[in-house]
Amino acid sequence: MKLTLKIWREGGVYANGKLETYQVEASEHMSFLEMLDVLNQQLIEEKKDPVAFDHDCREGICGSCSMVIDGRPHGPQTGTTTCQLHMRHYKNGDTIVVEPYRAKAFPVIKDLVVDRSAFDRVIQSGGYISVNTGQAPDGNAIPIEGDTAAKSFDAATCIGCGACVAACPNGSAMLFTSAKVSHLGLLPQGKVEHERRSQKMVAQMDKEGFGMCSNVGACEAECPKEISLENIARMNRSYIGSVFSSE
Amino acid sequence: MKLDNKVPPGELAEKWVKYKSTMNLVAPNNKRRIEIIVVGTGLAGASAAATLGELGYKVKCFTFHDSPRRAHSIAAQGGINAAKNYQNDGDSVYRLFYDTIKGGDYRSREANVHRLAEASTDIIDQCVAQGVPFAREYGGLLANRSFGGVQVSRTFYARGQTGQQLLIGAYQSLARQIAKGTVTMYNRHEMLDLVKVDGKARGIIARNLLTGELERHAAHCVVLATGGYGNVYYLSTNAMGSNVSAAWRAVRRGALMANPCMCQIHPTCIPVSGDYQSKLTLMSESLRNDGRVWVPKSVEDAKAIQEGRKTGLDIAEDDRDYYLERRYPAFGNLVPRDVASRAAKVACDEGKGVSPTGLAVFLDFTSAIQRYGQQEANSQGISANAAKITELGTAVIEKKYGNLFQMYEKITGENPYVMPMKIYPAIHYVMGGLWVDYNLETNVPGLFALGEANFSDHGANRLGASALMQGLADGYFVIPYTIGQFLSGEIRTPEISNETAEFMEAEEATRNRLQSLLDIKGNQSVESFHKRLGKIIWEYCGMSRNAEGLKKARGLVRDLKKEFYSDLFIPGTMNEFNPELEKAARVADFMELGELMTLDALERNESCGGHFREEFTTPEGEAKRDDDRYAFVSAWEWDDDNPVLHKEELIFENVELKTRSYK
Repeated sequence: MKLTLKIWREGGVYANGKLETYQVEASEHMSFLEMLDVLNQQLIEEKKDPVAFDHDCREGICGSCSMVIDGRPHGPQTGTTTCQLHMRHYKNGDTIVVEPYRAKAFPVIKDLVVDRSAFDRVIQSGGYISVNTGQAPDGNAIPIEGDTAAKSFDAATCIGCGACVAACPNGSAMLFTSAKVSHLGLLPQGKVEHERRSQKMVAQMDKEGFGMCSNVGACEAECPKEISLENIARMNRSYIGSVFSSE
Repeated sequence: MKLDNKVPPGELAEKWVKYKSTMNLVAPNNKRRIEIIVVGTGLAGASAAATLGELGYKVKCFTFHDSPRRAHSIAAQGGINAAKNYQNDGDSVYRLFYDTIKGGDYRSREANVHRLAEASTDIIDQCVAQGVPFAREYGGLLANRSFGGVQVSRTFYARGQTGQQLLIGAYQSLARQIAKGTVTMYNRHEMLDLVKVDGKARGIIARNLLTGELERHAAHCVVLATGGYGNVYYLSTNAMGSNVSAAWRAVRRGALMANPCMCQIHPTCIPVSGDYQSKLTLMSESLRNDGRVWVPKSVEDAKAIQEGRKTGLDIAEDDRDYYLERRYPAFGNLVPRDVASRAAKVACDEGKGVSPTGLAVFLDFTSAIQRYGQQEANSQGISANAAKITELGTAVIEKKYGNLFQMYEKITGENPYVMPMKIYPAIHYVMGGLWVDYNLETNVPGLFALGEANFSDHGANRLGASALMQGLADGYFVIPYTIGQFLSGEIRTPEISNETAEFMEAEEATRNRLQSLLDIKGNQSVESFHKRLGKIIWEYCGMSRNAEGLKKARGLVRDLKKEFYSDLFIPGTMNEFNPELEKAARVADFMELGELMTLDALERNESCGGHFREEFTTPEGEAKRDDDRYAFVSAWEWDDDNPVLHKEELIFENVELKTRSYK
């Protein structure tokens, strides 16, 4: 199939950025990133600067890919990262617009590559259970009820890609942060630090320049791991609770 | 060169316990000023950096990713082994040790493997405490499943994303240390050279990938946890960025590369569909718990499927060859990976492949769906019809493997609940790696290698769910102790300066190396060279090898290398964000490693594990080891023309060397 791509180029000769138009020939079996590989190969053969984009595992788990395809982070397919989006969902003659994530806390580095280190700092502020190596009791010492474990797991499936932030009109990181707060706070091991964790992570989130949550729900709709808004409600409860607690 | 493996004396089961409690320690006041560089943030690197930080060392940790959480350990699906014996099915530390030695076809070091089995139980405890959401039974206790090559259920898992959950646990521990300031994290930094001072590893040259600037980082010692080199094959289940460069740069500075030809081919990957393909996707080995592997009995049926005239559903039960169950009745579909991979190749070589390329076999869940459906119906007390049983059984399979089935459907566009999956072997893991002694120290003093980057635990074949175990054992429970053996001798060493002649020389050499790649200004892209290299290595040094092919391959790789250095084109410059330059430096190193692999495979005149030499087989076509001549580790010293082979003899005091049989 023949496709027209309009891709955001930024940095180097493109300075503050513009959309460039390219033509590319793709097969329906390719992944979206393999289609971009074809374009880059073409550009290199013409001795031009290839399009920079973050990618690594190409199996939907590392969370590297970070592009907005026709206005949607990770493209049109729900529950799918860009690397798992296949060209069979497009047809001959389509025009596709590809842009980087856009959010205050994720500055563009080059073309489609953005800086998501703010997420690391949010985790560093409290997204862990404070246990040193060697301090653990036996793994079966604390049985965990099935539903609780499953809810914790659902939150833990977050791959830290940042689609939630890119989708949010406020550039909020509430879904990302609350997924971590839920993952750890639902487990008995993580309960001890739950309120403190919520407070610290929310504070760091604000400091990084992520926006407020106004319950739009775009984050949940675009999350490639389909993480639920319930997590945000859970974090809000523990955050508000912690404000009134003695600490 | 005499290779001293430093295995402590004593009974196998007591070696580690005794060694641990008698080894030299570094006092807290000294730890605070001793610096350690950790390169890589996968399971081994992140767990090591976090634990060393907890102990009070000053750690600098490097990753080429934008975040430590993206290291490729994240993609491991199936699980992690541990000798907990929670299932009361006869498991023990000794049995895990034995299975691993046997699974590795008797080409690994007994003492290291036993230590790994001992550490396995602590890993599970540690991960649970960190909040890793392992699968649980209804009663809330940890669940297990079986994996290939073993007859007990000792694999702990977290849906189909065990690697992700374990890595996030280690990443969070690392994040906690970063916040405390014990670990300084360098994201988007790639190690491009090792710096030795007076023969000891004292630092690295790293390139800031955003600015292109070269940086000199000094420390009292260097730990490499930089993963495996499976991407030498171009198409593999590794991530696009996985590479050998950190390890290879160490080799170029005198470290030895051990068993480079020992690569693991994973039997269950989604088959290649076209030339544009950039990587292969694994379907977890856990699927072989419930999936049955088959091809049509007749070549005619296979041909009809290849040409699209029939599908797997059109082949009657009697016309199917469940070849693993037929050839290996004791282990059936759960034979080890090397055995399953070769059997698939044999079936496809006979013309019985089931995809348009003829390179695929079926992995079929129909029997499991029916079996689970019937069980569900029984436990719900309903007398169900066939459709209801299928529905109930499908739900059970979905619960166990839902995300894998979903991934399969996304990639292939076929529904695996109805149509049997098509799978084919692909490169997945490498057992070879930097040579290390019992302390995980290479032959370069002060240079350590952990996880997949070392060679030590898996011999000629790794069992499923053992990579995660080894990465975390090395990082959490081995290196924090053994590094003290080296560092206790360094407590009087002042801060290492990064301004010495050695650092300047290494920086200059790195700059020249990158510049000379940029200066070639030829016509072919890095990717096109990488693809061609991969094809050579896959064809001649892949699932089966022979002397003639290996000799030919070495020549082909050397020719390709020449062409690479005369016709490569890299856009852009050194002092900017330049992914093509990054790739070029990695592919340059893969070329040399690829050549060494062919040499190593040629040198080893036996078949063992993943190394299958066509000249050395039993009459039934199984691998034939030669313990009298080849019970050693090959440790190669690099030279551009004539690499030198050193040998570490493998001594088996506790297990009897047997022909590995899964019949």
